[in-house]
Amino acid sequence: MGLTGLAIFKELPKKNCGECGVPTCLAFAMALAAGKASLESCPYVTEEAKEALGSASAPPIKLIKVGAGDSKVVELGDETVMFRHDKTFYHPTGIAFEVEDTLDEGALAARLEQINGLEFDRVGLHYTVDLVAIKNTSGNADTYANVVKKVADNTKLALILMSDDSAAMEKALEIVTARKPLVYAATADNYEAMTAVAKKYEAPLAVKGANLDELEDVVNKVVALGHKDLVIDPGSRETVEVLKDLTQIRRMSIKKKFRPFGYPVIAFTTETDPMDEVLQAQVYVSKYASLVVMKTVEKQFVLPLLSWRQNLYTDPQKPIQVESKIYEIGAVNENSPVYITTNFSLSYYSVEGEVEASKIPSYIIPIDTDGTSVLTAWAAGKFGGDRIAEVMKELGIEQKVSHRNVVIPGYVAVIAAKLKEESGWNVIVGPREAAGISAFARANFS
Amino acid sequence: MAVQLLKERYASEVGTVVLGATKEQGGTRSVSLTVGGEAALPFQHYEGSIPNRPIIAIEVTDVEPNWPEPLKEALGDVIKDPVAWAKKCVDEWGADAIYVKLDGADPDGANRTPEECAKTVKDILAAVGVPLIVVGCGDVEKDHEVMVKVAEETAGEKLLMGVAEQENYKSLVAACLGNGHSVIARSPLDINICKQLNILISEMNMPTDRIVIDPMIAGLGYGIEYGYSIMERGRMGALQGDKMLAMPMICTVGFEAWRAKEAWASEADFPGWGAQKDRGPAWEAMTAAALLQAGANILCMRHPQAVKAVKKNIEQLMETK
Repeated sequence: MGLTGLAIFKELPKKNCGECGVPTCLAFAMALAAGKASLESCPYVTEEAKEALGSASAPPIKLIKVGAGDSKVVELGDETVMFRHDKTFYHPTGIAFEVEDTLDEGALAARLEQINGLEFDRVGLHYTVDLVAIKNTSGNADTYANVVKKVADNTKLALILMSDDSAAMEKALEIVTARKPLVYAATADNYEAMTAVAKKYEAPLAVKGANLDELEDVVNKVVALGHKDLVIDPGSRETVEVLKDLTQIRRMSIKKKFRPFGYPVIAFTTETDPMDEVLQAQVYVSKYASLVVMKTVEKQFVLPLLSWRQNLYTDPQKPIQVESKIYEIGAVNENSPVYITTNFSLSYYSVEGEVEASKIPSYIIPIDTDGTSVLTAWAAGKFGGDRIAEVMKELGIEQKVSHRNVVIPGYVAVIAAKLKEESGWNVIVGPREAAGISAFARANFS
Repeated sequence: MAVQLLKERYASEVGTVVLGATKEQGGTRSVSLTVGGEAALPFQHYEGSIPNRPIIAIEVTDVEPNWPEPLKEALGDVIKDPVAWAKKCVDEWGADAIYVKLDGADPDGANRTPEECAKTVKDILAAVGVPLIVVGCGDVEKDHEVMVKVAEETAGEKLLMGVAEQENYKSLVAACLGNGHSVIARSPLDINICKQLNILISEMNMPTDRIVIDPMIAGLGYGIEYGYSIMERGRMGALQGDKMLAMPMICTVGFEAWRAKEAWASEADFPGWGAQKDRGPAWEAMTAAALLQAGANILCMRHPQAVKAVKKNIEQLMETK
């Protein structure tokens, strides 16, 4: 394990054909060493080289897909770092909601409707949830199969089947095999039968240990039986213990390429109060769970959790941007004020929030600065007076308002003269921070 | 076969800061609190000692705050009286400390005199036994006068006072230094400025165990990940031995969380977001809890329901066998 790029390069065909998507074999070797490429993408690699490189070239945490067909497909794992500032996190934690097979028809339908309704729009983003986890609480195989079918018929979300009984599992899996659900779980007691069922239907399989030691043991046994599409559960349920296990699993797989733990991890909340539960779920989203199964389906609690997940999984190298166009806030007219900001999503939405709070209908024009904030954009020459004048003209703001006053951020007061010269508009220097806009607007425009 | 835990070996640990002085320590607090001191990443108890739990300071303003209506309703009438408010924070809502914001000093607002501000702080000190964190209104010139006065009038209480910034730290640091208080060093989401400011403050002979870092977080949904990552980097720096990044961290959670309309907008206006009554505190609690995972030591919060939930989260994370 842990071969260097050069050691890997020696085993490659050195054709520099570029068919793997990387221009040279050396660059491909480096990508393999960093765990960011798969040996499979090289069409010419020899069997001997594959053998030699096998474990070294596999990514530290395997990518597992749950779901198939026209239902939701959730990608889990394939993470490469401990901290998002080291590079980025790639596959947002899948959020699953538990449904028990003891619910009567009406309650089941109502719960599914609530889960399906967990979609949110905020700051120009659309958040969705990912899976439904169906639990065989009844212990009855027929009841379970029946409920699994109903759930599958009534949601597009991916599925997790939860039963310790391999016979009940098979019965349910047979019905929804096309959905490629996650089978939960193979344990020390049932792994042979459960692995056989998961293999038969080519479904990803969760492996649960009572602790890290047992988990390693059962994973090795399942892999020996020939199933490698796994998700792992260290069995701990107390918040601080789960945090420890999730951290250890991530660390061992990334830093040591410890193969038995090189899979996505599933975590379960235990708190019963919705507020406590989402904070517990937050710990697992923050620190390394690939899947979290929870019970709360109320929007007011799920929204903050999904917002945090989205924030955490934002690529630190690629800021989120908004489209550069004229935004109308409130019932605008020809007298409405015009604000300029950048298209960095956070700059824009901070301004939008404050303009909205001022209760004075206004126009906002975010300038395309490649998603950089005001000062950074200005320093990089992307937020100068000439550029802003150009965009104002292109977007035709002069047809929307009869006045000729435009507000710029206080931090770039220095561009005022240039903007005035280029646009012919009167330039008003606004507050430095968005937080000052509300008071500024009331003082100037009401 | 037993799995060998992969424990990190760190060269150093986070520094400690004591908030508040008891009678024996030259103040009047019934308790003093130590924050910081952890020798591992947040709540990884098995690889280093985490001697002090994160604390929650509940925010109180000296004049009735201009906060969103639903938040004010949840707090009730006490927001008109900082002393009664502070008492309620401690007696009913479980505040570890009180975070007093002297908004009344604002020249564009109530424009209270430094003497009036100092009196409010002293009245709160007389009413509650917990340590106080005191910050100004944000007007640089006025805060200079106000904070110097407050520091003098409360000498020996070991307040945590803020905020010192790169452009403007000397008078506050001098006032804290001369009167036995500690100082909040605020840097705008920049680890280099953070470190530089700590060096500048230290060069004035302020001991590092009287400096707390405010990394200037943003709110949940509005760039909190920038602060989160700066905090994680800073904490890693501290554990690797960088003394100028090793101070405990304070986060203005309530301020950031309640700026977001996701916290206060009504369900009528945003039917897709669920009931505001729980959404507001959940938004604040989520902000706080996420920052705990990055190493926050002091959380400045507003809503009692959020405080309660975060306290429980902290308890669970501090459980050791």
